[in-house]
Amino acid sequence: MASPIPGAAGGRAAAPSSSGAVQPLLGARVRAGFPSPADDHLDVELDLHAHVVRRPASTYFVRAEGDSMLGDGIHDRDLLVVDRSLEPLPGRVVIIAVDGEPTVKRLVRRGDALVLEASNPRYAPIPLAGRECHVWGVVTHVLHALPGAAP
Amino acid sequence: MIALVDSNNFYVSCERVFDPRLEGRAVGVLSNNDGCVVARSAELKALGVVMGMPAHRIPPAQRRRMTLLSSNYALYGDMSRRVNRVLGEFSPDVEAYSIDESFVGLDGHEADDLEAWGHRLRGRVLRDTGIPTCVGLAPTRVLAKTANRVAKSRPELGGVCRLAAESPETRRVLEALPVHELWGIARRSAERLALQDIHTAWQLRQADPKQIRRTFSVVMERLVWELRGRPAIALEDVTEPRQRIMVSRSFGRLTGEQAELRAAIRQHGARAAEKLRRQGSRACAVLVFVRSDPHRLGERQYRNSQVVALPGPCDDTRALIAAAQRGLAAIFLDGVRYQKCGVMLLDLVDVEREQLSLLPAGDGPERRRGEALMATLDRLNGRMGRDTVRFGVPGKHAAWPLRCEHRSDRYTTRWGELMRVKAR
Repeated sequence: MASPIPGAAGGRAAAPSSSGAVQPLLGARVRAGFPSPADDHLDVELDLHAHVVRRPASTYFVRAEGDSMLGDGIHDRDLLVVDRSLEPLPGRVVIIAVDGEPTVKRLVRRGDALVLEASNPRYAPIPLAGRECHVWGVVTHVLHALPGAAP
Repeated sequence: MIALVDSNNFYVSCERVFDPRLEGRAVGVLSNNDGCVVARSAELKALGVVMGMPAHRIPPAQRRRMTLLSSNYALYGDMSRRVNRVLGEFSPDVEAYSIDESFVGLDGHEADDLEAWGHRLRGRVLRDTGIPTCVGLAPTRVLAKTANRVAKSRPELGGVCRLAAESPETRRVLEALPVHELWGIARRSAERLALQDIHTAWQLRQADPKQIRRTFSVVMERLVWELRGRPAIALEDVTEPRQRIMVSRSFGRLTGEQAELRAAIRQHGARAAEKLRRQGSRACAVLVFVRSDPHRLGERQYRNSQVVALPGPCDDTRALIAAAQRGLAAIFLDGVRYQKCGVMLLDLVDVEREQLSLLPAGDGPERRRGEALMATLDRLNGRMGRDTVRFGVPGKHAAWPLRCEHRSDRYTTRWGELMRVKAR
């Protein structure tokens, strides 16, 4: 649910403990006429979730299957961060339901027509004309695990 | 002004967001243990499947033309939270009334751009969550609820309808609305109203409030004022027996004590359970919500909700309270001063119907035997009187295996069940 506090805005709704609820409390008592300069920039722990998830209500995580988007750094089984509130402008990597199947591809304008392009030369572009297509969201980040990462 | 935002076929819409192939298909969601239909797509309604219908009563030939899913409360709870989050961007004044309905107060909005506001809100919820909604706008809750019905029944309105306190349109709508279909009117009250020659919502609006109060109740009098456009009803006053049960209350003063919240949730849970048993129903899930005071700008703002699925339809106070407390523990945040908390019971099924669901699922021979057994049972009871043959009531602690074979993935709450997108 909505939370107008800037600090809480990055939270996953379900888990208050990780909901970015860390709020910088003023670190010094108020002393009239003697402000503490340190309070202007109170450094707190970096919150990767809040950094990546700008709009919690519209942000979803999905799993990529296949290697057609390798050129964009999307490997098989990678985790994608998808924001539904972003406009599917040409050039963006989108999740789009093609004939009912959620697909990740880059949206590209070719003359007057929009096509879905892979970023792996082994895959042909998919023309949108004549297909049942619904844009689902725009991919904003890829999380790729390297050897040594916890499964 | 107040808006009632109601998600269309909420559970089915949630399922369709993550499985676009369900779009256009007849889709139903079943209560825990896959017993009765608790949510239907428009296509399923068109096939004649009614709310609460036991799944085994649907003929196999017809079943093949539809998709019946087990309930996925983790998903519905998360999507409900997201919808309310978006609503919170439009107004601090969001009151969830059920898992798929919220009132949004919009004081300060100019009267002439209200419909545009409604369309913007609707568009934003659809964009961010994929959930289609209808928006009813009016000066009071009762009229907003009525406006919402109109928005739903007339597709040409684009999902938004506004009813003014005084307008020929409002009059037409209220004249066409039978009083028993008015929000908050129980069947018995409607029968008594009929004796007073009050059959439509308009006739109730025109009745003398003082007399209505003497003959009926204070709440009924408030309904009259609400129909006239004067806000008179608190959310807690309205009951919709058989469909949903909500018990909530504001604290006398803000509190940050978890113990106080736990005590309140216990009390609300017990009240809700009593109401549930009085009407002979069982609930499939419990929703707990908490919030701070949105009007105290200096206070830290927080609101959250959690849905807890029950192992099977249940009316046991202890089990309901335990589920509610688990939900509270998941969303309680230290350092917030809370103004309100509440408990909702979701997807109420009749006790009788639910016992009929203790049968194997699937299409195997066991299932067919089960269906034959049910048919025999119905014939016996039809010929020899109700309850001639009936099922034993399952014990309170019976560990029935939770049947959820057809549950979709918990796309937004489990790392292992995320939506898969094709990159092939």
